[in-house]
Amino acid sequence: MSGHAGSKEVRESYRTLARWLESAPADLLQARSRQAELFFRRMGVTFAVYGDVESNERLIPFDVVPRIIGKSEWDELEKGLKQRVSAINAFLKDIYGPQECIRAGIVPAELIFTNPHYRPEMQGRRPPGDIWTHICGVDLVRTGEDGFVVLEDNCRTPSGVSYMLENREMMMRLFPDLFAEHRIRPVETYTDMLLASLRASAPDHAGADPNIVVLTPGPFNSAYYEHSFLADKLGVELVEGGDLFVNDDIVFMRTTEGPRRVDVIYRRVDDDWIDPLTFRPDSTVGVPGLMAAYTAGNVTLSNAVGTGVADDKAVYTYMPEIIRFFSGGDPILGNVPTWRCREPDALKEVLDKLPELVVKEVGGSGGYGMLVGPASTKAEIEAFRAKLIADPDDFIAQPTLALSTAPTLDSSGGLSPRHVDLRPFVLSSPAGIRVAPGGLTRVALKQGSLVVNSSQGGGTKDTWVLDD
Amino acid sequence: MRIRIDHETRYTYDRAARFIVQVLRLTPRSTEGQQVRDWRIETDVDAHLRRSEDSFGNIVHTLYTERPTNALMVRVTGEIATVDTGGVLRGSPERLSPLVFLRDTPLTHADGSLRQLAAEVGEQGDTLARLHRLMQAINGAVAFMVGSTTADHTAADAWAQRQGVCQDHAQIFISAARRMGIPARYISGHLHRTDGIENQEAAHAWAEAWVEDLGWVGFDAANGISPTEHYVRVACGLDALGASPIRGISYGGGRETMTVALRVRQMQQTQQQQQSQA
Repeated sequence: MSGHAGSKEVRESYRTLARWLESAPADLLQARSRQAELFFRRMGVTFAVYGDVESNERLIPFDVVPRIIGKSEWDELEKGLKQRVSAINAFLKDIYGPQECIRAGIVPAELIFTNPHYRPEMQGRRPPGDIWTHICGVDLVRTGEDGFVVLEDNCRTPSGVSYMLENREMMMRLFPDLFAEHRIRPVETYTDMLLASLRASAPDHAGADPNIVVLTPGPFNSAYYEHSFLADKLGVELVEGGDLFVNDDIVFMRTTEGPRRVDVIYRRVDDDWIDPLTFRPDSTVGVPGLMAAYTAGNVTLSNAVGTGVADDKAVYTYMPEIIRFFSGGDPILGNVPTWRCREPDALKEVLDKLPELVVKEVGGSGGYGMLVGPASTKAEIEAFRAKLIADPDDFIAQPTLALSTAPTLDSSGGLSPRHVDLRPFVLSSPAGIRVAPGGLTRVALKQGSLVVNSSQGGGTKDTWVLDD
Repeated sequence: MRIRIDHETRYTYDRAARFIVQVLRLTPRSTEGQQVRDWRIETDVDAHLRRSEDSFGNIVHTLYTERPTNALMVRVTGEIATVDTGGVLRGSPERLSPLVFLRDTPLTHADGSLRQLAAEVGEQGDTLARLHRLMQAINGAVAFMVGSTTADHTAADAWAQRQGVCQDHAQIFISAARRMGIPARYISGHLHRTDGIENQEAAHAWAEAWVEDLGWVGFDAANGISPTEHYVRVACGLDALGASPIRGISYGGGRETMTVALRVRQMQQTQQQQQSQA
């Protein structure tokens, strides 16, 4: 009932669900779907879409049919994720340190040093415990029987983990009997894992009980709900820039009992905005002097400053070589084949087959500024061609993938295949790397659509990893 | 040449500021061209100064005041012995790849008109010759005019107006040099004037560009020359913001007013030093 024809395990993992659905009343899924929407509205789980003036808070559609991954497939995936994220950490440590991978010709120097996400301010710095990307979200797609490939890495402030947790809670509420019939690995432990990981990443001075905060840009940020959700689940303070200050290279939080030292900041504020005395001077959401405290080693920023150079779409194309260089082995998880438009030969090929390709802006995210050739009009393609010729360095191109599908409730109340991706969350600390068993499954709800971003009409599903 | 610098920056606030944080890039470091002999940094209110070094090799002090205040004065004084190096920088610690200085910044972004300037300099001659042509082109085209621009003026703004202060000349140079594929960076510092005027209204600024086989070479487009022994190099950055002498914030101070008092003069060499150099 799902996936590519002949992919046995996908069928296997869905077998119990299929049997259960056969014996269920016809309108059950629709009824539960309406129930879910009501619950989410009451809870206030919303998501603001940039550039959407009509409604700045909107519910992300939730599909009640779970996406199910079998044990052996997950085990392999987990190995691949750990390998990849370890390599990303080693890469960042190297780029901001000895730069051996540049000297060895693994990545071109110019691509790194002129990359807007490379932060010269971090050159020669070492974050506490040498951990750069404490929280990494890796976007995966299945393109065939060979399992998953990586679509993009998110090493800055990956979002969406609240949906992983909320979706699970919702499913347990809607379908308790289904949980009884499956052995599903828990994702609810994510926040405990995150807390342990942040604690283990604290600077040495902090001792066994570091003071951790979540730093948000504020209620106008599209992911504010997630920031407050996570602070709540972690049992730590949710703060804005104005709640913190730096004195004597130490970060403090204002409290009713006076200033309290802060050791770890899980920050959901981008590098550019984090300290107006180092980066954008017009930032009002940052903490003046934070970089002084950070470079003095007095506070952990999670993730570190400058990690964006590893998830840049142009650097992505070098990730297989980067993994080989730092892990010494072949990548378990592959990349989607990608043309680097900065290379003249690649650009020529891309321009030749533009109507068949997906072209992405190197610095873009959230599905903005991309061309999906097969779904675009001739005029759109030609407009994009002009952009591509003007600034080839800004773009990469990929084949339109035969993305796998998962059964999804359609508007008629039946099940239809819809394209999905998967963002598992990988936590790194000096104590090791852990992956929450599951992740955020995003689904392109429009028939035939390949764009799963919530800002572009995508929805989410609960993701089940089976234990046997 | 021995140059003495007395550089005072005074801030006054509309209301008493509870707390002030400032990042100071006011302290020069010794290189082959300049020996920092005696350098002091002081404030007129109680404050903590934390010294560090940034990735650009600048000596940075972060200042934290201890008590509410209506005003704050930061003074740096010291003496530097300089020699002429033909504008070439030697003996400065370089952590960053020169390629970093090809980066675009909002202040140095090249618009169409700056791209045209870069194109007009042309390809003929070696890198050094092209950079000198660029410097002369800017020196000839952009009038030095105090008050015509502000600190957040971009290279493109200043080039469009064809006037500005040394900051603008430096940023125009940097912007165009980068378009020419040559790494370039912003330098803040001091200039000992040869016309006998010691009191200055503002510190000086110029640019450095990367020339293979030579390293970083200074270009003062405002004056149309490369730095000599009359120049004291203080801080470097991608643009004027990155090399600013002071970036700060006050909590509760309201609007702030800044005034600068700067005196740059040549010290007479003592008998003993003259003898030892003889």
